[in-house]
Order: sequence, then C-alpha cells, then structure tokens
Amino acid sequence: MRHIISILLENEPGALSRVVGLFAQRNYNIETLNVAPTEDATLSRLTVTTNGDDRVIEQITKHLNKLIDVVKLVDLTEGNHIERELMLVKVKALGAARDEVKRTADIFRAQVVDVTPSLYTVQITGDAGKLDAFLQAMAPVGILEVARTGVSGIARGDKVLSL
Amino acid sequence: MELLSGADMIARFLQDEGVEYIYGYPGGAALHIYDALFRQDKVKHILVRHEQAATHAADGYARAAGKPGVVLVTSGPGATNAVTGIATAYMDSIPMVVLCGQVMSHLIGDDAFQETDIVGVTRPIVKHSFSIRHPSEIPEVLKKAFYLASTGRPGPVVVDIPKDMTAPTERYEYVYPKKVKLRSYNPVTRGHTGQIKKAVELMLKAKRPVFYTGGGVVTGNASEGLTDLVQRLGFPITTTLMGIGSYPQGDRQCLGWLGMHGSYESNMAMHHADLVIAIGARFDDRVTNNTSKFCPTAKIVHVDIDPSSVSKTVRADVPIVGPAGSVINEMISLIQGKDIAHPEALTEWWEKIEGWRAERQGKLYEPSNEGEVLKPQEVVEAVYRATRGEAFVTTDVGQHQMFAAQYYKFAKPNRFITSGGLGTMGFGFPAAMGVKMSYPDDDVVCITGEGSFQMMMQELSTCKQYGVGVKIVNLNNGSLGMVRQWQDLNYKSRHAHSYMESLPDFQKLIESYGFTALRVHTKEELEPALERALADKHELVFLDVYVDPHEHVYPMQVPLGAMRDMLLSKTERT
Repeated sequence: MRHIISILLENEPGALSRVVGLFAQRNYNIETLNVAPTEDATLSRLTVTTNGDDRVIEQITKHLNKLIDVVKLVDLTEGNHIERELMLVKVKALGAARDEVKRTADIFRAQVVDVTPSLYTVQITGDAGKLDAFLQAMAPVGILEVARTGVSGIARGDKVLSL
Repeated sequence: MELLSGADMIARFLQDEGVEYIYGYPGGAALHIYDALFRQDKVKHILVRHEQAATHAADGYARAAGKPGVVLVTSGPGATNAVTGIATAYMDSIPMVVLCGQVMSHLIGDDAFQETDIVGVTRPIVKHSFSIRHPSEIPEVLKKAFYLASTGRPGPVVVDIPKDMTAPTERYEYVYPKKVKLRSYNPVTRGHTGQIKKAVELMLKAKRPVFYTGGGVVTGNASEGLTDLVQRLGFPITTTLMGIGSYPQGDRQCLGWLGMHGSYESNMAMHHADLVIAIGARFDDRVTNNTSKFCPTAKIVHVDIDPSSVSKTVRADVPIVGPAGSVINEMISLIQGKDIAHPEALTEWWEKIEGWRAERQGKLYEPSNEGEVLKPQEVVEAVYRATRGEAFVTTDVGQHQMFAAQYYKFAKPNRFITSGGLGTMGFGFPAAMGVKMSYPDDDVVCITGEGSFQMMMQELSTCKQYGVGVKIVNLNNGSLGMVRQWQDLNYKSRHAHSYMESLPDFQKLIESYGFTALRVHTKEELEPALERALADKHELVFLDVYVDPHEHVYPMQVPLGAMRDMLLSKTERT
C-alpha cells in the first residue's frame, strides 16, 4: 500500500542524506520526495511517499524515528489528509490541438502559465491521481516535458504536526 | 573564563569526560590534536599500527569496561581504515566515539590531499555523526557524541574535525558541558507496565517456556537481574552468541547458546517451546534460521530497547520497548509471591530437555589420542581449565570463534568478546589489547586462527611498545576453516582459496618482536604450554597450536530449515 510520511527534520547539513540513505540502505522504496524549510528556521519538512505492507511501513517509521535528525513524523495515510502535488507540463499546442489543450486544462482546473507559438506550459495541482490523469489526457497531443514537485500533504482537522 | 584552541578543547574535554585511553594514529589533519594530547598526561594515547586496530581495541575496551571506546584518526585513509571497526561496533551496538581529522574547511569538496567524506562513508554504520563547523562548538558536540554513543541502544558516533577547527591560534571559551539535550533523542528508560504484566501472565501460564537473551542484557548490565528472574521461575535459558555469559553457562538451567552452531538442546527447546521470552536479542538470521518455520508453537515476548528491533524479522505477540534491566526488575516484582500455573508441565518440559541434553552428551567431538593431531575443541577446553573459566576471551571469526563459544563456559558477562554481527576477521587481537590495558591483572586470551591473526598481526608492535601481556592461542589448521567447512558441505570439497599456502614461521615472527612463542602439536604438549603462557600476566605469549584441519563445527543448522533441523556431525542429522 502507498503511504505518505511527513517528517520534521533538523535543518542540519547532511540530515536529508540520512533519510534518503536509510531508504536505500534498507531497500525501501521512495516514490516521491519533497523537502523545504518550515516557518521554524531550525526545521525542514520532508514528505516522502513510499510503498510497502504494514510490516515494511512499521519498520520504515521506526527506523526514521531512530535517526537523530528526525524530530517528529506522521504517516498521513493513517488518517484523513489533504494531498497535493504541483506539476508543470509543456505540451505541443499546434493547430486544432491548441484549443484541445486549453479545454482539457480547464476541465482539470489547470492553468496555462506560459505560451509560445508551438506549445503551452500548463500548471496543475492536485493529488497524484489527478496529475496522472491529466498526463494521460495530454499524451495523444504530445507531452514535451514534465516537472512534478512530489507529494506534499497535511492532516485534515485539528491534528497538527509540530513540536 | 578559559580560552582554549579547538585542539586543546578536545584534549581537555576528554580529560573532563574521564576518558582513560584513546587509540589512534596521527596524520596531517589530526596534528593539532596530537600536539594538544602531547601537552597533557591524563588521557593515555595508544599508538596502534593500523587504524582498524584502533577501532577494534577501543571496541574491546568498551565491551569489557562498559564505557565508550575512543579513537582518533586522521583524514582520508586514516578514517577509511577505521571503517571496518566502526561497522563492527555498529552491528554489535558497542559505544564508541571516533574523532576523525579532516582537511581544512575551505578545501572540503575540492578533492584535497587526504580528503574523504567520512561522514558520508560511515553514514549507514554509525548511530550518528557530526561535523565541526566552528571551534566553539567542540565541547558541546563532543558531549553529544559521548551521550549518544553510550545511551539507549549504544553505537559508534563519528566526529569529523576539519583541521582549521583545531588551529592553535584561535581560542574560544571552554566550559565542560555536564549535560546535553537533543530534542529528537529520548531513549526509553522503562517498559510499558501493561505490556510487562501481559508478558508475566504468559510466563506464569507457560508449559514449555524458554528464555532467549542477547547482547542487550550484557550492555544493559542486566545479568544479575536476569539470573534472578530465570532462577525464580525455574525456566530454561539459551543465549545468543552476544549474550554469552549474561547467565552463568555452567548452570543447569542454561542450555548454552542457540542458532546456526548453537547447542542441540537449545535449538530443540526453542523449536518445541510454547513461550519464547526474548530479552535484548534481535532474532537475526544466524539465530532464527528460516523465520517462517521458526518456533511454530510459541508465543513470543520481545523486550528490546530499540523499537525497530521489535517485530523486525519475527512478529512479537507481546512487544515491550524498554531497557533490559528495568523490564527484568519489573518482571521480578510482578512474579513475587505468585506460583507458576503448571509446575507439572514444567517438570515434563525439563525431562524432555534433559533427554535432548543426554542424547548429545559425550558425542560432541572425538578428542585426539596420545600423539595424534589435536582437535580444536579440546584446545579450547584446555584453555578454559587453565584459566579456571575466568579469562576475558576475544576471538576472530570462523571455526575457532564457534569452538571458543561452545567450549569455554563463561560464568560472567563482558568476558566473551567477539564480533558477532559483522563477523570481522582481525578483530580478536586488537580487541584483546584494548581489554588487557584496562584489566592488566586479568588473563586476556585471544583465541584465533592463522587466517584471522594475519589480518591484524602488525599489532604485535603495539603490544611491544606498551608491554601488553595478552595470550594468543592460534588454532592453526593451515586453512580458512569455516570457509573450508562450507566448501566441504556445499561445493563437493572444492577448496577454492581456503588454503594458506605460505604461512610464516609464527614462532620466529613472534620472537622477532621479543615475545615468547611455543609450538604445540599434541595433547602432551598442550597443558605445559598453557601453563607457561599463563605464568606471567604481563608477558605476551603466543601458542601456535596445530589442529586437525578436517574438523567441522557442529551442530550446524540446515539452511532454510527450522530451529530443530541440524547436522549433528559429518554423518548424523536430526
């Protein structure tokens, strides 16, 4: 099963490599990885999506918790949560396809953020499934380049991941 | 307020921390630190002959003394040479602090002379690591390093120190930090009482219980409590290789150790048990054999200080995260005044176990006859007798290690010092040096083989320099015995590179350092040689003991089988 694990990490040099190294070293899978500073300058927030059965996920969270640089973590998929990813896509936009791309982008509530005579750059946010669906819809037109941020997420309701 | 250079802070911190010995080897990036050590006389620096030996010596010291071992090496090759020793300590959860010199900060990343990203290299084999970024951080970072190394589940901590951080010209305020706090590190101090109650209920109701205890009991100083608990309940106990001595091995309730080369009765008892009480052990593959066939009828209580050890390879029915000592004490207070529910079942269980024990009695190996080549097992038994079971015994890795563990009956913890997890050849001799320096009046015996000994034999020179009187018993079978055993069993005796073609004349080699060496070929020569070796506690003596190269270690679990599936000799199996 797919899990989204969000980690508050000491904003120290090498901290990220410890997390990434752990996954490589123990043969765990990283599907997406997203990391950025938080409002607290001493902490980064790292979100990783991974796959595994309950036993594997239990081990992943235990080993992450063991890392000295990991201050706190939550498996967002254990509860209701909001999951978002941002994607920028360059698609061919020539002739009839030009309207088609714009229409499809509207359906997905995506925005065209840059234009040239031959292509559109489309920005879209959503969960990973929505982004995949958009790419599928664009495939016949011609996808030239894709940049995805990887999943970021937050728990719904009153639950807060903080110190 | 005292102003000190980074290098002087390091020397002063080590003094304030109460460090007795530091094992190391100088080099460019560490020279300021060496100069600071030179100008003090409280911390004794031991100059080894290879950095790997520094880490093993510090490791041996840590295992025997229960305090963190300290290592100082220079950047680049100095640090990379230490890597095997760091990994050895990591696998066996041994507290160690490794100070590594590093090139000047402004050169980092430029592929400077003797530059290695040692923090990167060691990342998967340390509990944590630090890089010093300003000299003023040194006291706090070092305190954190010692704190992390020695608390919770212990382990090695690397501190990377760029040369400019120790420059003699730059001085900063030094205060010894008595305490440090890390917001993300809070090792558990006790187990969950509800879980401990559940475990005790299972223990009192069990019909075929067995304790299975490991290195966590040794490092957690919980042997006394464990012995008390086991004796109150009257249950059998088996230990892991790392747990040897955590319960007196000569005691009737002790079945020996378990796993791949564990005793027949241990493995049989584990397989047939209805309750396994694991304390400070991690169900590793050398213990469990095939996990899907492991202890098919047992419920499992698992006590460990490290949550990630619990249910890692074998699912625990009652997981308890906590230090062995406090959990054991809580168990003792909970069973106080209570009786076990099925005493008759326990009696029956013991009858069964005694039956297994009797089955193999006297059949473990065939001793040599007069004038014949010695069996390695009888050599270990003779060492055991000659040292009255009281020596510190270090080993390298292979057949001799298994024989040492099988035939030397340890009554106390911290006495059997071996690389259990990583299985590092070359460990035994330098580890023995580390032990001997802190226990100069005890017998410290390194049981080794001619393959392993040659991996670290340069340390003879260190022993000469510091007058380290370890005893080396070299079980010389002229081959890499364990490799050969596997080749006999799995490769139709094709002995690919497991034969040592060109052995040195060990006697001459040892004598060239000014030490005594004796050759031993037969039973008649063995005891006098041991007596001679042990006569002076401060003299290094090397016994080159020629043993049967055809001997195998048994029992040996059958790969992918259950605990009870064992080869018992070259011709028998369960």
